[in-house]
Amino acid sequence: MTREEILQVISKVFADTLDEDNIVLSESSKADDVEGWDSLTHVQLVVAVEKQFKIRFTAKEIQSWKNVGELIDSINSKL
Amino acid sequence: MQTFAALKKNLKKDYTGLVPLKLALLGDSATQLLSQALRGAAYDEGFDLQIWEADFGQVERQVFDEGSELYAFEPSIVVIFQSAHKLLGTYNKLKPEAFSLLADNRMDLVGNMYSQLKEKLNARIIYYNYTEINDAVFGSYSNKVASSFPFQLRKLNYRLMEFAAATPDFFVCDLSTIQNQYGKSAIFQSSIYINTEMVLSVDTLPEVAVKTLDIIKALNGRFKKCVILDLDNTTWGGIIGDDGLENIQIGSLGIGKAFSEFQYWVKKLQKRGIIVAVCSKNTERIAKEPFEKHPDMVLRLEDIAVFVANWETKVDNIRHIQSILNIGFDSMVFLDDNPFERNIVRDNIAGITVPELPEDPAEYLEYLYTLNLFETVSYSGEDAERTKQYQVEAQRAVLQKSFGSEDEFLQSLEMVSVVEPFTKFNTPRVAQLSQRSNQFNLRTVRYTEADIESMADNNAYAPFTFTLVDKFGDNGLICIIILKKESADTLFIETWLMSCRVLKRGMEDFTLNTIVNYAKDNGFAYLKGEYIPTPKNEMVKDHFKKLGFREAGSYWQLDVAAHENKKCFIVKKSNND
Repeated sequence: MTREEILQVISKVFADTLDEDNIVLSESSKADDVEGWDSLTHVQLVVAVEKQFKIRFTAKEIQSWKNVGELIDSINSKL
Repeated sequence: MQTFAALKKNLKKDYTGLVPLKLALLGDSATQLLSQALRGAAYDEGFDLQIWEADFGQVERQVFDEGSELYAFEPSIVVIFQSAHKLLGTYNKLKPEAFSLLADNRMDLVGNMYSQLKEKLNARIIYYNYTEINDAVFGSYSNKVASSFPFQLRKLNYRLMEFAAATPDFFVCDLSTIQNQYGKSAIFQSSIYINTEMVLSVDTLPEVAVKTLDIIKALNGRFKKCVILDLDNTTWGGIIGDDGLENIQIGSLGIGKAFSEFQYWVKKLQKRGIIVAVCSKNTERIAKEPFEKHPDMVLRLEDIAVFVANWETKVDNIRHIQSILNIGFDSMVFLDDNPFERNIVRDNIAGITVPELPEDPAEYLEYLYTLNLFETVSYSGEDAERTKQYQVEAQRAVLQKSFGSEDEFLQSLEMVSVVEPFTKFNTPRVAQLSQRSNQFNLRTVRYTEADIESMADNNAYAPFTFTLVDKFGDNGLICIIILKKESADTLFIETWLMSCRVLKRGMEDFTLNTIVNYAKDNGFAYLKGEYIPTPKNEMVKDHFKKLGFREAGSYWQLDVAAHENKKCFIVKKSNND
């Protein structure tokens, strides 16, 4: 899977989980840039992404991402 | 089960017209998502659950500070979630000599919290029990070491049950069972816990929310009273009409074990007061044969309140069963292995619960366990008698046809009613009847045992309970009237409710005579009644009018001096006679 493909998949996961159709994610997107992405919904997003890719993140990874690109790094390392 | 995301979508829906309920959620871990799950799940059950959530870790402060936001909110339900993980944290910090006091100390806290809450609030308390954590310090040997964490945790869960059994308004929500059903790896996610202080996984939240709501629904009079069974391939394996008595699978034949165990489960439900009915497409004589003759059958004809086997549609037959039992469709569960029958029943009878039984009968029971269909908030000895009472009702119906006039029939029943105030013996039954009665219930006030106890000691109330015995049997305590002394000359009928199984026996007249006489003897001039409509109590819309009350605004009034005792065939008895 290319990074671009992963980005598209997680964009859809974010849209479903946050119930916001107009989410446009890029590698540089941060929580502050995305409507509805806060510390509470972060948990749901993590779990939803884990389910989508059938992977598990470590506790450290969950708190390490500064933007969507780093999330993609974590996903990529597990595929 | 709905997903958490689906429950969360409910939060954006329209809540107008739903039943409002105020709930306070106090937890020692992060409960924001649980709160969302609760409100979302409540929407599906028709409740507008208004939740006030304490900041996490504020359980004790909110409970013991009389000026806290908790008390300002005035909830009718308080949910307390003290987690096993925080309990382990507490244990870890104890001096070793204090390890073995963990459970007792926690129970002291729970008892104190309960007393404090009850003093300040008219609320029911729901407390989550503890999911098991074995810290593997002693291995299985911890079962022999009272100071070990597993020993203390299990002791605590046991002591919670003891406390709940003795404390009417304290309900344990069985989180531990959820962990048993789904496994620890499903209900707990370490990486999330380490990052967020959340001890429940996102996927478990709906399970926990629904289990909590099961209790809340039961507290609001919504619980199951009856299970209707299909026979072929549901109650036994095979088709009785084709296979014959010797070849149906039950006991040791084929996969009979699955059906035997299923029948034991139904029998336990029946013993605890769930009405069991049969609805089968069969010739009646053939369908009854296994119940009468098969040595391995667990269920017998005397366990079945209403037995319907014919070639009519199941929809018509279930409607017929409902008309005999006189309970709402929403309190009925229909179990049938055939998806076609299930769909027809589901589509045509609003409110009835029709579980999607698994294809393999071996899985019926485990599946039914997960549904928690028969949650309740009360249990009394009379529950076990219920089947007999409904069967006797069917006999009375046959007798009635043989009498010329209704008076003759009523006289032949030799009815006796014991009239008593609230006592410690009838308190559980009174509370339960107030929760169960939906149709013949003028104001639909639900009482807990604690409410009943406090009214029994309060001079402002004059409570009456009525039993009814006739020549066929004892109906037990079937009617409650609670009069409130509203002013020097007026008694307000705060509650008037009656079990529907004693309708048309003259009980309405008998109870009216009783309270009128009480009013006269105690110098009151008026009885004041009120009818509060609900979706279920239309039956008593004209109750006061029929009994001779005059309309007075939104109330009904009876001048007791002008009342002449109505003719009835029930003999009054008090227990000290």
